[in-house]
Amino acid sequence: MTLDNMTQGEIKTRAASVEFKSVTKRYGTEVTAVDDVSLHVEAGELVTLLGPSGCGKTTTLRMIAGLEMATEGKILIGGSDVTQLPATDRDVSMVFQSYALFPHMTVLENVCYGLRASGKKKKQSVELAEHGLDLVGLAGYGSRLPSELSGGQQQRVAVARALVLEPQVLLFDEPLSNLDAKLRRQVREDIRDIQQRLSLTVVYVTHDQEEALAVSDRIIVMKNAMIAQVGSPRELYEQPASEFVADFIGEANIVEAQISAVHEGLATVHVGDVTLNLDSRGLAAGSAKLAVRPNRIFIEPHHPGSADALVGSVLKATYVGDRIEYKVATDLGALFCTSEATDRQVVEGSEVAVRFDDVGPVLLPHSA
Amino acid sequence: MSAPVSDVLATRRGSRVVILWLFIGLLGYFVLPWYMLEDGFFSFEWLFDGYPFDSDYAPGAFLVYQGEKIWLTPLILPLLLPLVVLGRKTDRRFFSTVLIVAGVSGFFYLFAQGFAIGIRGFNAEWMTALFGELGDRQFGFGYGAVLLACTFLFYLTTGIAARGYINGDVFVVGAIGFIISIVAIFIFFPIAQMLSSALHDNDGAYSLSVFVEKFSENKIWGLACLTENRGCGVAWNSLFLAVIVGATTTLLGLVFALVATRSGFRYGNWLRALTVLPIITPPFVIGLAIILLFGLSGTVTQWVAGALDLQPSRWVYGLPGIMIAQMLSFTPIAFLVLIGVVEGVSPSMEEASQTLRASRWYTFKTVTFPLIRPGLANAFLLGFIESMADFGNPLVLGGNYDVLSTEIFFAIVGAQNDQGRAAVLAIVLLLFTLTAFYAQRRWLGKKSYITKTGKGDGGSHSLMPKRIMYPCYAIASIWVVFTVTVYGMIIYGGFVETWGLNHTLTLKHYITTFAIGFNEFGIHFKGTAWDSFFTTLKIAATAAPLTAIVGLITAYLLVRQQFRGKDWFEFGTMLSFAIPGTVVGVSYILAFNVPPLELTGTGIILIISFVFRNMPVGVRAGIASMSQLDKSLDEASLTLGANTWRTFRKVILPLMRPAILAALVFSFVRAMTAISAVIFLVSAEYNMATSYIIGRVENNDYGIAIAYSTTLIFVMLAAILLFQLLVGRNQTSRPFQTRTNVG
Repeated sequence: MTLDNMTQGEIKTRAASVEFKSVTKRYGTEVTAVDDVSLHVEAGELVTLLGPSGCGKTTTLRMIAGLEMATEGKILIGGSDVTQLPATDRDVSMVFQSYALFPHMTVLENVCYGLRASGKKKKQSVELAEHGLDLVGLAGYGSRLPSELSGGQQQRVAVARALVLEPQVLLFDEPLSNLDAKLRRQVREDIRDIQQRLSLTVVYVTHDQEEALAVSDRIIVMKNAMIAQVGSPRELYEQPASEFVADFIGEANIVEAQISAVHEGLATVHVGDVTLNLDSRGLAAGSAKLAVRPNRIFIEPHHPGSADALVGSVLKATYVGDRIEYKVATDLGALFCTSEATDRQVVEGSEVAVRFDDVGPVLLPHSA
Repeated sequence: MSAPVSDVLATRRGSRVVILWLFIGLLGYFVLPWYMLEDGFFSFEWLFDGYPFDSDYAPGAFLVYQGEKIWLTPLILPLLLPLVVLGRKTDRRFFSTVLIVAGVSGFFYLFAQGFAIGIRGFNAEWMTALFGELGDRQFGFGYGAVLLACTFLFYLTTGIAARGYINGDVFVVGAIGFIISIVAIFIFFPIAQMLSSALHDNDGAYSLSVFVEKFSENKIWGLACLTENRGCGVAWNSLFLAVIVGATTTLLGLVFALVATRSGFRYGNWLRALTVLPIITPPFVIGLAIILLFGLSGTVTQWVAGALDLQPSRWVYGLPGIMIAQMLSFTPIAFLVLIGVVEGVSPSMEEASQTLRASRWYTFKTVTFPLIRPGLANAFLLGFIESMADFGNPLVLGGNYDVLSTEIFFAIVGAQNDQGRAAVLAIVLLLFTLTAFYAQRRWLGKKSYITKTGKGDGGSHSLMPKRIMYPCYAIASIWVVFTVTVYGMIIYGGFVETWGLNHTLTLKHYITTFAIGFNEFGIHFKGTAWDSFFTTLKIAATAAPLTAIVGLITAYLLVRQQFRGKDWFEFGTMLSFAIPGTVVGVSYILAFNVPPLELTGTGIILIISFVFRNMPVGVRAGIASMSQLDKSLDEASLTLGANTWRTFRKVILPLMRPAILAALVFSFVRAMTAISAVIFLVSAEYNMATSYIIGRVENNDYGIAIAYSTTLIFVMLAAILLFQLLVGRNQTSRPFQTRTNVG
């Protein structure tokens, strides 16, 4: 949708916060989908639930919507307790992965549906619905059937349908997964844009870390039904709290390291023959784990006696267009690194010196 | 702290429903006639005939006021009890408790007084002893009582919903309560009544020994046929027949399925059309055609006798005849089951096998066949149940070969008129079919080898190896020729003067049955069949929408809702699948002959029997089509603020239109062809086409029977074709593939 023809319309925000207090969801006695999760989403904030499949992120989203009921704990929206409230009575709208447009209704009827269900008069509903369609750049498509629209357009109808209800919270369940790669970037920017314009509270579920980094104010990373880490995209990427988060958000080499001394929050870290000065992140002297992003590792032709470098040999070099991916065998194990110097490919089997960037490598706190 | 939002919303939503039902309950108690009207449920004569003071037509309140049925007085209490919680802010738990108390006590008292006080006053002697002789009596429930029962039921469900059951969803809890109640009343209650009747001797005294005696009778379990030249017990007869028919129909069905899908046979679709035949053919019609061919004066018999100079015999009456007729009738059902299974085997499985260097024969033996094996077991059990339950063919062709379904009938209508014996026989029959039903669900219900995923599964089925293909072709051709002959006979037979004696062509049978004349009042339907024909149309047309509604609501609950005891709920609703029609017939006359549910002799009992016998069809059609609807459609509707009732109406029902139409046509057609339960339930006033035809057959009036049957077949064919036109071929193929009911 183009931003130019976006009107502020009559769609306003009634954004509210969302809070989970020790919420648990169990299916039967065996399966725990969400385990004692507490979280807080500010009004007007876009928070992403990120994690591998089966981590409980969708269940969490559905509990906000009221499509699943919490087994234990409390859910508050806008400060009031909605734990027992079914979906119908919650002031929350959801955009589904499959869009879930009603195939037997026109686009306009789809967008009107929620308005009519909540008791608005027909004329007013149509007016609001047209504003909603205008907002997502689909003015004039009202009389079409969903099947007559492209995937991206259907997606926007689903957004409009949810938006016109001016919900306290708007939920997105993997909204981009049915779109082709090129459209994804566009749609994700559009969603972020509308969210910021209307300052909506949005909770967004995805398993795609890049998508999460791009749209979110904050990201909640989930693993095995629990929260692994909460933070801004930059915090998560640069200060991962665990090996899991380091590896899930972007890729990371996890290497064993030794902390010899900590002074005023700065740790002297030894990785093989390399010494680095890094934020201690509360660690004391002793053994530790270090996470290093592939683009923070440099390789160069090996010269005997080069200081502050590991010695390695290139196992594999893969050309992927904008960069070359190397797998390098070192004393610390195989390291994965990338180089943007695509014109100078290091030949497989050659000896190399491996260096770490000054900024980038990060110590991982001991996992609980 | 004030009550949480959810409590306020729950009681407010509950209150709206309670007000609606309170109003309906008041209507039932104060306005509508309390008792069953003698001139029929749909007659409105009562309005002008002494209402509301005539005690036959009076509402409950008037009867109380006039001091006639004082025991109806207490009903007013639970009816008005919910007023305590309406229109004021109440605690949710209190709200729910009041409703549950009102619902349970009202419902219980209503039925208790109904069962306690019957046509002859108190039904139990101890009550007479306790309260003294009652000067009054009462008849079955009428409009008023039924509405009040509904009110109490929905008080109860609304109360349970307010407890938070199923997220406090009033509609869903109400629907579950409603389905459970009607299934309990119209399926479990009659069966229980039948069991209890089997446990009583002819004087009505409880007696286990009589039951044991009747149950272990030689006529049922005797094994004389193994040692002497006498017949075995009916149970063995039925079992033997059912096993043979189950096995042969499965084999034939498999042959057809293979020919239709794996032979490159171009007219596979025509083969599929054959599967409509058993749906539109009244079950005994095949039996009739067999008589025309192989009976004493049958075409084939006469011809063979003439050619070989033999005495024509009655060999076809008995096991051979029933077997041939049932094979012809039920093979298409096995075909329907197996074609789905054979097609369901993903071609990529077979292709994978072939790329692994397996030959065609080896692939068939090691991949295809094991994958369709559960389907074969399924088809066998279906054929088994169908054969066990079949009533029409054994009645027409049985001769001296007695089977359970016909024995039950003769125990009731014959000279014996022994209801206890009928009940015992029905229990034996029920044991067989329930065991098969249980086995089917237990072993096969969850086990599905259907490997097709529905998308992106390219490739086409490989052909059968030749050594299987040719025998298949041969068997299928013989069967097709035979079927065509049989149906040809049926059509031809209606135009022949007297079969076997005088083959002059004539229209007289059609004239006798369907003549139309004109007199001073306009059109005059002179034919003898018109009466039953119109009754049949009327009853079938009334039963069809009810079946569809009950079936679809049940399907909705099964597919879309999660609740405790759902497995039992499903079992209960699908159970009538395994209850043979004759058993339904017997249990209905035993259960609904007396107040409070006094239905025998009415059209309603026919309608009800159709609704519950065809309910599994509606449920399956609904489940099949609802499973194709993405659940996120419902959820989207809910998150957009619509409640479940609105979601059901606005989203689910419109999307299920094809399934609804299919359920409608299917139950209509099945109601027209049904015979086994019907024959117990028809009355002079409400005679159905099928029982009329059977009556003609018993009088050896084959011409009229055949002419009438032919007409029915064409009427139903027209109904189905019309339906196909309305919704298009693809959508219809599914529901018609799930023939689920028996005999």
